[in-house]
This record gives sequence, structure tokens and C-alpha cells, in this order.
Amino acid sequence: MTDASSASHSRRALIGWGGAGLALGAAAAGGTAAALTGTGDDARPAGDGGGAVPFHGAHQAGIATAVQDRLHFAAFDVTTDDRAELIDLLKEWTKAAARMTQGHAVGDGAVSDLVEAPPDDTGEALGLKPSRLTLTFGVGPTLFKNKKGKDRFGIAERRPEALIDLPVFPGDDLDAARSDGDLCVQACADDPQVAVHAIRNLARIGMGKVAVRWSQLGFGKTSSTTPDAQTPRNMMGFKDGTRNISGTDAAALAKHVWVGEKAGPAWLAGGSYLVARRIRMHIETWDRTSLKEQEDVFGRDKGEGAPYGKQHERDTPNLKAMLPDAHVRLAHPDSNGGIRILRRGYSFTDGTDGLGRLDAGLFFLAYQHDVREGFVPLQRRLARTDALNEYIQHVGSALFAIPPGVRDADDWWGRALFT
Amino acid sequence: MRAARTSLVAAISALTTVTAVAGCAEKSDAKDSDAVQVTASDSACKVSKTSFPAGHVKLAVENKGAKVTEVYVYAPGDRIVTERENIGPGTKAVINAEVKSGSYEIACKPGMKGHGIRQKVSATGKGAAAERDPRLDKAVAAYRAYAQKQADETLPKAQAFADAVKKDDLAAAKKAYAPSRVGWERTEPVAESFGDIDPKVDVREDGLEKGQKWTGWHRLEKSLWQTKKITKADHDLADQLIKDLKDWQKRVGTAEITPTSMANGAKELLDEVQTGKVTGEEERYSHTDLVDFEGNVEGARTSYQLLKPVAGKNDPALAKDLDKQFAAVEKQLDQYREGDGFVSYDTVSEGKRKELSDAVNALAEPLSKLAAAVVSK
Repeated sequence: MTDASSASHSRRALIGWGGAGLALGAAAAGGTAAALTGTGDDARPAGDGGGAVPFHGAHQAGIATAVQDRLHFAAFDVTTDDRAELIDLLKEWTKAAARMTQGHAVGDGAVSDLVEAPPDDTGEALGLKPSRLTLTFGVGPTLFKNKKGKDRFGIAERRPEALIDLPVFPGDDLDAARSDGDLCVQACADDPQVAVHAIRNLARIGMGKVAVRWSQLGFGKTSSTTPDAQTPRNMMGFKDGTRNISGTDAAALAKHVWVGEKAGPAWLAGGSYLVARRIRMHIETWDRTSLKEQEDVFGRDKGEGAPYGKQHERDTPNLKAMLPDAHVRLAHPDSNGGIRILRRGYSFTDGTDGLGRLDAGLFFLAYQHDVREGFVPLQRRLARTDALNEYIQHVGSALFAIPPGVRDADDWWGRALFT
Repeated sequence: MRAARTSLVAAISALTTVTAVAGCAEKSDAKDSDAVQVTASDSACKVSKTSFPAGHVKLAVENKGAKVTEVYVYAPGDRIVTERENIGPGTKAVINAEVKSGSYEIACKPGMKGHGIRQKVSATGKGAAAERDPRLDKAVAAYRAYAQKQADETLPKAQAFADAVKKDDLAAAKKAYAPSRVGWERTEPVAESFGDIDPKVDVREDGLEKGQKWTGWHRLEKSLWQTKKITKADHDLADQLIKDLKDWQKRVGTAEITPTSMANGAKELLDEVQTGKVTGEEERYSHTDLVDFEGNVEGARTSYQLLKPVAGKNDPALAKDLDKQFAAVEKQLDQYREGDGFVSYDTVSEGKRKELSDAVNALAEPLSKLAAAVVSK
């Protein structure tokens, strides 16, 4: 990453990548932001992920985009009550996001002539490649009406019906300090420093208007949107999310992920809904569980990831061969009237807790066109009967509406909502 | 207190004093033709020349008045370059100083008080400092006066605290503790610029270096609130605190203060709040963090207000934002007022502490741009 004003060698190199990404992005159906998907990048080593993902498009990048290796997700509280100030921030954020995703520093860069002032950019991404950074922006229910019932920005009537207050599910142990938020930004990149830099700089730009409510780092993708690539393993050592929606499957995306033109409200057409759940795993007890029970819990074998009674991971599962409370059986679209969601979660490990237990699990991220027909019925079923519940606990939760893509340089995050 | 003493207020001015000549050491060469003759009276302060070469300067002072006088050399912003007190009626004195090229003022203070009768002089030579905006010189001088006032007002309060400690009056000492710190907290960057005083009066237990004796406010804080017992050693610590604070009071006038160091000092005060007060680390036994918090914010606001005539002109949007964010922080603090002080910080929940922290961030971020707004044209 470099200053725009002083293109260096590394930037010249990355412009090549960015250009390639653009070309592929344009070639992708419907102009989705899924640049580079055609290359099946999952098979490539992480160090090769230098390309820039186009920021502008019909949909926001970071959803259909081939899942990057690292995550920094942040939820913000809006601290100003001034609508104009919030709008100014969203414009400023959009500008900074566009620059960072293309591998540029924000503002006047990390080093300027004005030595008396702190630099605009914090600098830790200087010299790094864009690393397929995507920044995906969303708005939470409390932006429309805060917890005191106040419509601070005059948008209460624009709250989508589907942007519900998520119901409480059996077994939830939600920490308010790790839940909800007026706004969110999902930063995904192949280089963790690039993702952290992006959130850090957006948070800094936002000070006085927004404050970070909570944030989560993720280090290993647990799902892939590129079906011909390896399905990653979660912290329990299992392949999960084999039948995820592919980032290039325009029909499935249109049906299950993007909010349709007529679904309403108009400002959200082409957008999506994102459920974020921090799912803590009881790692130590899981590790001392017999292989037989582990495989029973998932309904897959651990080595290959094949469904019970099958040879290969992608063989069509015979759900009846699994125990009735097996995770795959309960979560499978065939058990849920064809419900599909686009999973984009990451493993996390925030060190250890006070008892020396690994504070680890799955930071579940799922995109869908309507949570009432996606995550909610699915989770209702899982929370009640999933055998996995003995080893996991949902400790954080949030729901966001994800506006459509930023069309061009004059467009900004949330424009349709505020105009 | 700060862990690292890297204040932008330079430790000790390179220009500071070379007042090596003792009172009795008047030399016959005092009338050397290159000396600046200063003729002081009760109503005038005459100088034989208003321009002299930079470098070593000798002032030959003669007090022709009826009052005891003193003579100061001030750099812009009223930084004391050198001074001589107690020049009796009819006596002479020699003052030596090292000065860089630039503008100075020589002041005679008949009766040894007040602003003095001043004469503008200049030291000429290569590398002359660029002319500074006179409004900024005024801001620096006003800030120095503020810092001095804080020190002057702290001493009696600290004395009351020390007296209570020495009388083994636990309740009175606890009551006097937080108020005795306010002046210090308001102007901490200046105090820290002296390097040696801060570690003596404001160090916390975890900030001690190996072999360093723990002295100062926080050592006494621990006795009063943690062990709840005043010992003989605490009596000595109380005396030591007063001695160290007097040293601070005496040196405020010599601190090198510049417009940018004022601006950065304001930002540093907010850093103090963010790293020490919001977390409750500074006053871990007494939980009087909010008193310090307010002191830090007040000191920062004073710097800002003094710089605002220039900064607000160079960057009106910044000034507008700073006005707003200062008010927002004060509003946050107002929630916790109790009597003439604040509630104990251990009663402030994590969630409420985050609100304070968010407000401090909202102020500190634009405040970090104040220095640039002061220097830019």
C-alpha cells in the first residue's frame, strides 16, 4: 500500500493485479463483485493473493467474492445524533474504503510534509499488496430506532421488515458487549495486517461520530464460495459447509442471497442480510470426545469429510444414514425446505480465558435475502436438537442489512437509505 | 503521571541561564563597553542598547531607585532566560546569559513583583529564528501565567494535605488528597518537561524503576486508602512532596513553551486521560480518577482556548469540532459530579466507562490536529 500521490514500485506492481481483477470482474455475470473467482483462487497459496478486488459494482464485494483468508469484523455505535454528520462520515468512509481496497493509503497518506500533525493513514499497510481486501458495510436495527425507541436520523419508516430483532434461541448466552451495533464493516483480506489496518483507519476516521462497539478477528476461513476448491476445516477439525452457495452461481445468489427488486424496501434492492454469531466452542471437552462420537455429531467422517455411508466429501448425503440429531442432517437444505444461506465464517481464537481454556470457536457469518426464511428457521431447528450444542455456545449475535454495491465514485455507503 | 517522559515541551531550554556570578562577585569589568547597561529605578528601566550580538551577553545592572528590584531576561512567551533577584537600592549587579538570536525583553521589577517595566531588545546573528506571530507569543505568555498560577495555587492545598498526614488525621488527609493534585494535573506536560520532578511526586508503584524509592502522592494514597495507616515514614514523604512541589513552582517560568508544545501538551493531557484515568489506574486506591480527569481536560481546554485565535482562523472546521467535543466531554463528566467533587470511580460501570472513553477519543482525535493548525498559514 502506498500513497496515491507517490506511486512506488510495489504499487505499480499491484496496479497490474488490480487491472486483472477488474477485467475478470467485468467478465463475471451481472457485474458481481466476485472478481478473480474464475481463477479458483482457493487453490493458490495465500501469498499469491496480491490482487485488488473492484470496490464498485451492483453488489458489495465481500459476499460473493471468493473467501479470503483473514477477517476483521467491527460493529459500531453511532455516537452523533446529527444526520448530516453521519452522512458526511459515510461519504468519507466510502472514499477511504475505495482507496484501501485498491491498495492506497487513506487521505494524504502515512507520511506527509506536515510533521506537526499525525499522518492521515496509520501506515502499517505501507508496502503491502491489496491482498484482495474487501470492505462490506451494513446497518443494524438500532440505526433506525435506538434501544430507547428514538428515531435519531429520521429513517425509522425505512427499516426493512426483514431487519427483525433476532429471537432468543434456546441455549444462547449472549453478551451484550459482543452483540448488535448500529453499523458494521466486514474487512476480509488474505493478509491479516491489511484487514486490521482497514478497520483501524475507518474507526479512527469515525471517532466523534461512531465508536467501535465490538470487533472480532478471524484467522481461518471455515467456508468457501469456490466449490471446486478444498473445503476448509473448522476448529473441531471437520469440514463444514460443503454445500455452500458458489460465488459464481448467479441464479443461486439471486434466489438466496440478494434482496430482490420487489422484496422491498427499494433502497435495499441488490443488497442482502448478514447474520453474525460468535459461537464459542468447548474445545477441551470436544478434544476428549471419541472419534466415533465426533463423527456421529457431524454426520461425516473426519478424514475425508464424506457424509455417513459415502466415500467422498461431495457425494450426495443420505441424511437417513445419520443420527437424527447429527449436525449435517439438521442443517441440510433437504431437511429445511430447501433453505440455503451463503456462509462466510471464520475460525477465531482470542487467546485463552481466565481458566486457561482456549477462547476459540466459529465466527459465523451468513448472507441471505431474508433471515425469516433463512437463518431464523434453521437456527430454531439446530438450537433445539443439534448434537453439536453440547460442545458449542452462541455468545454474540448481530443482524445487519447490507446495502447494494457502491456504483461509482460519486456513490457512497447507504446513499439510497439516506436520500 | 506518564510512563515515558517524552514530552514535546523540551526538557530544559538550551537557552537557559548561565547565572554563575554570585551576588558578591561584582567585577570591575562590569562597565566593559560590550556589556548592556541596565539602569533601573522605581519607575524606569533604561537599557544602553537594544540590539546586541547573539551569544554571551553581559548585563550590568544598577539600581538607582529606592526599592529593591530584580531584573529578568525573557524570551518570547515570557520564558525566563535568566533573572537576578534582590538588587538593593544603590547597588550594582552583573547578569550573564547565553542567548540565541531573536527577540527578548529585559524587565526591571521594582519591589520585586508584577509584570515589570519592560524593554524590547534583540540579539542579532546568523540563524535568526523566524518571526513568530505575536498572537502566538501572547498565547504562550498567557499559558505560562496559567501554569504558574496552577503551581502557586497548588502549594497551599498540598500543604494542607501534608499537614493532615503529619497530624495522622486520616480523614482530613483523604479529603485533601484529590484537591491537592488538580493544579498538577491541569499542567502536567509542563511539570513533566523538567524530567526529574514527575518521578518524585506522581509516580505509581508499577512505574518505579529498580532501586527507585517510591515517593509522592500515590505512595501516600496507598497508605491512606489501602493500608489505612499513616506511618512515620509518611510524615517524611509529606515533607518531601512539599519540597518537590516547591521546586516545580520555582521552575515553571523557565520551561520552554512553544505554540506547538502547548498544542501537543493538550493532546498529551487527553492521552493521560485515555491511558490512566478512564481505566482507573491512576487513582487505584482512592478512586478519585474523575478529579484528575477533569483537571487534564481543563488544562487541555486552556491551551486550546489560548491558541484558538490563530488555530480557529487557520482551520475553522477544526475549531468548531473541538468546541463541540470539549463540551461533550464536559457533559459526560457532569453526570458524575457529587458535592464539589466527583463520585468514586469504582462506582462507574464498564459500560459507562466506555462512554467516557468514546468521548475522550472523539475529542483527542481532532485535538491531535491542533499543532498543525497553529503552525500552518
